[in-house]
Order: sequence, then structure tokens, then C-alpha cells
Amino acid sequence: MTVQTERPPSGPSDVRKADGGGTGGPRARAASRAGALAPYLLLLPAAAATVLLLGWPLVKDGLLSFQNLNMAQLIQHVTEWTGFDNYKEVLTGEDFWRVTVRSIIFTAVNVVLTMVVGGLIGLLLARLGRAMRFVLMIGLVLAWAMPVVAATTVYQWLFAQRFGVVNWVLDKLGWHSMADFSWTGSQFSTFFVVTVLIVWMSVPFVAINLYAATTTIPDELYEAAALDGAGMWRSFTSVTLPFLRPFLYATTFLEVIWIFKAFVQVYTFNGGGPDRLTEILPVYAYIEGVGNQHYGMGAAIAVLTILILLGLTAYYLRIVLKQEEDEL
Amino acid sequence: MKRSLFGRVWPNVTAVVLFIGLVFPVYWMFATAFKPTGDIISENPVWFPTDVTFEHFKTATEADHFWTYVSNSLIVTVCAVVFSLIIALAGSFALARMRFKGRRGFIVGFMLAQMAPWEVMVIAIYMIVRDASMLNSLVPLTLFYMMMILPFTILTLRGFVAAVPKELEESAMVDGCTRVQAFRRVILPLLAPGLMSTSMFGFITAWNELPLVLVVNKEAESQTLPLWLTSFQTVFGDNWGATMAASSLFAIPILILFVYLQRKAVSGLTAGAVKG
Repeated sequence: MTVQTERPPSGPSDVRKADGGGTGGPRARAASRAGALAPYLLLLPAAAATVLLLGWPLVKDGLLSFQNLNMAQLIQHVTEWTGFDNYKEVLTGEDFWRVTVRSIIFTAVNVVLTMVVGGLIGLLLARLGRAMRFVLMIGLVLAWAMPVVAATTVYQWLFAQRFGVVNWVLDKLGWHSMADFSWTGSQFSTFFVVTVLIVWMSVPFVAINLYAATTTIPDELYEAAALDGAGMWRSFTSVTLPFLRPFLYATTFLEVIWIFKAFVQVYTFNGGGPDRLTEILPVYAYIEGVGNQHYGMGAAIAVLTILILLGLTAYYLRIVLKQEEDEL
Repeated sequence: MKRSLFGRVWPNVTAVVLFIGLVFPVYWMFATAFKPTGDIISENPVWFPTDVTFEHFKTATEADHFWTYVSNSLIVTVCAVVFSLIIALAGSFALARMRFKGRRGFIVGFMLAQMAPWEVMVIAIYMIVRDASMLNSLVPLTLFYMMMILPFTILTLRGFVAAVPKELEESAMVDGCTRVQAFRRVILPLLAPGLMSTSMFGFITAWNELPLVLVVNKEAESQTLPLWLTSFQTVFGDNWGATMAASSLFAIPILILFVYLQRKAVSGLTAGAVKG
């Protein structure tokens, strides 16, 4: 690519000599100017794609959120500006706030469960013998690889009211009222299944990454801790945990994003039901916007959703900002 | 002594329990897919399929447009992953190796882009695609899927590029390679695990995408497998055998890819997010 201009591909070893000779002059200066441009040229495709394919939809979404846009306007290609009406309607309605609180609790519960279970499995992996570790690893990878649409369908079958394995097991364990239980019938049971599903599919990523991170902890650190008389717990809190901290931050950040946006699991499992009681923000935006054909409203909810997600991840983003600052 | 025996046993017991919990849903999907309907709707579950049948797979693959969905999904996914890898490789090299004004801005920008909640932006994207007269086409799907995986790919690859010692590249250049040659012959092979883990992530993201295709492509000729799977289920309802066969068909490519690549790939997924 353009980096080539930095070093003209002439003879193999005399290039160095030519450079070392320090001819200076316009050629070297032109080369260094090209060198200064190189990073921007390398980043150009990525930046252009981001502006075009992400920035444009974002701006469009912002514009739509100030329009009265329903099916009629959509078909007739009419633009009706309404100022802040959509926002007023969303923010003064009860629904939005209820869904927001629900989304945040949903995300918090799932992320905490995922991180705790995943972290424990990661530490367990480090303690296992080779054969057993391999077995557990296979299990993790299979659960991890299961595509989410297929996984949700499988969970529907596992938790099916008739002939579902879960109800059968609960019945056999003596909980007979569960024999014909409808998991999609109530808000709590729907969230319960979705949570099991999400934790099941998110744990492998956390476990495998934390395990990989523990293998990079130098043994000397543990030896030193042992020499200082640290017990198992102490060496865990003063060696393992600090070492894993950046990994924990990074995986928590990713899990917050992924779980907050768990559209497919919630929407496919029960369509946000029963009675729209399990709608989380992305599902709410979709059902209000596309389902009920209030496209402008949906766009306004989308903008608000983005702001909430930014708020949830602000802490981590600030850390990264500082880290990059220190580096330069 | 007794305690150390206990100490040796419990991790293994826990591991076995976890293994069963992790694998059972996957196992049950395949088991159901191969069982005759009588064994599926029985009062007591048949844990191991004794009569194996391929009937459900026949039902699934003979459903309308099945092979169209398969090829659409493959085209869109592979193109999106390849394009994003190429674009990200160039960008991540700049971010990991070069110092320039605005570097931090780019990194934060990609981190923000990574958070984009595509699920809520479908309306805006629908309008854009409609105004461009590109509804029911694979092109916008490919482009947007590429964009969905690009930020993660670029940030992760940045970590992998940064992990390659600079000296390797320099000594290759001393030996007469141009910078591009040094990149191709020295860095690229070392990036293999990074390329694998990012393409795995990209593959699974694009393969799974549902909300966008749901809104943008209403005609069967341009739809993809996730849509087929969810609509299949509404059509076949309680026919769990066929539904599980369909889910199996959908999951198999990813399962194979993961099991095959896992060792090389899993090590570095957070490398990019942690340090660059």
C-alpha cells in the first residue's frame, strides 16, 4: 500500500546504505511526509465505513426521532417535523421508565451472574488436571458456539409446557405442580429462562478468557507471596485478582454491552410477553417502532437507549481514555 | 489425607456436573432431531435415541426456499467477515504501530462504534436502504454486517499486532524487505490466531443476525437462515423434531468451526480489549 513510499524497493542491502548515507534533500522529506500520512490512509477505509454505515444511520435515527412518522407518512414519503413531541411522549409515559428500570436490572443480574459463574469456572479450569480440563473446555466451547437463534429454540423446547425435559425433571423431583407449568406464562418465569439461557451462553467466554489470563501469571509471584506467609486466600486477593483486573474490566464491559442488547433471546423466546412485561429496551424500541408502526417514536426510544448504554459503560470508557492518555 | 483426597475430588466432580449442564442443551437438540415423533412426545423422556430417523431433517430441508436461505447466509456472512478483516488489518496496524495525532480519538471512536445498539437502529437503516432502493438485496445486509463486526475486529487485531515484537519487523526490513513485505512475511503469519478469533466472532455475529434482516428483507429470495429458523418454528409450532432438526442444521457450521479453531483462537479474544 502507500507505506511503500517510505522505502523504495530497490536492491536488498544497499537500501540501508542509501538511507544511512542521509542524502536528505527533497526525497527524504517527501518520504517522511508520506510516512506521516500513512496511518491516516491505513485507517481511511475503516473510518469511511464507520461514518457511512454507522454514522449515517445514527444521524438518520436522530432526524427521524423529531418527525411524526407512522405508516401513512412512510408510504407517502412525507416528512412531518414535530420537534420534541416524540421525546415528550416517550419520557412522560410510564412505559419507557418501567422498561428502562427493567433493562438495567436485567442487565445487572445477568452480568453479575455471568461474571461470577464464569470467573469461578475459569479458576476451576486452572486447578483441574489436563484430561478433565479438556473435557470441561469442550463443554464450554460447545455452549459458546451455539448460535443464539438455535439456542433460544432449544431452550423453548427444554422448557416446553408439554413434554419439556425441565418440567419432567421438576415433577420427578417431587415438585408436582411444575408438571404442566407454562414458563412463558408469567414475567418472572420468562425472565428466569432467558437468564439461564444468557448465563449459559455467556459464561464460556468469561471462563475461557480468565483461564487464559491466569496461565500468564508468573509463578514467581505466587512463590514470593508464599514466602511472605500468604495463605491461599491471601495470595488470591493479592496476586491473582490484581493481575486479572484488566481482563475482568474488559470482559465485564463486553458482557454489559452484549447482555443489554439481548434482543434475540428475549424477542424469540416470548416476544416480550406476556402482556409486554418482559420487554427490554431494544425489544421495546422494536415493538413500538416497527411492530406498532410508530417509527418516529421508535427512533426516539433508540436515541434514548443509546444514551443509557453510554451511561452504563461510561466508567469503563473513562478508564480506557486515561490508559491511552498515559501511553502517549 | 482425607482432606486432600476431598480437595482432589471436588474440582473433578464440579467439572463433570458443569460439563453435563453445558452440553445437555446441545445434546438434546441433536437427540430430539434424530428421534421419531413418538419418542419425542412421550410421557417419560427418551434419553438416548434408539430408533434413529432422518425424517425431521427431511422435513426441514424440504421446507420452501431452504437452500436459498443457506446460500444467502453463507454469502452474506463470508463476505462480511472477509471485508471487515481486510479493512481492520490495515487500521489495526496503524493503531498499534504508528504514532499520530488523533490516534486516541480513533480508538475511542471504534470502542463507541463497538457499542452501537444495532437492534434499535433498524428503523433508520430501513429508511436508508429503502431510499436507496436496495430493499430485498444482499448488498446492504453484507455492508451492515461488516460494520457490525468491524470495530471489534479492529480493536482485537490491534492487540495482536502490538504483541508482535517490533524487532522482528525491523530485522526483516534490515534484511531488505520493504515494510509491506515485512508485514506480509513476518507479522501476518504471527497474526494467525488473532485473525482466527476475530473471524470466528465475526462469523457467529453475522450468521446470527436477526433484527435487521427481519425488517429490511421481506422476500424469501433475500432472507437468511435465522429468519427461516424463527419463521419455521411458527409454522411447525409443536413439531419439535423438525424444529430441532432445523436448529441443528443452523448450528452445525458454527459448532464445527469453533471446535476446530478453539485452541488457536480462544486465547486472545480479550487481548485487544485489554492492551494495545
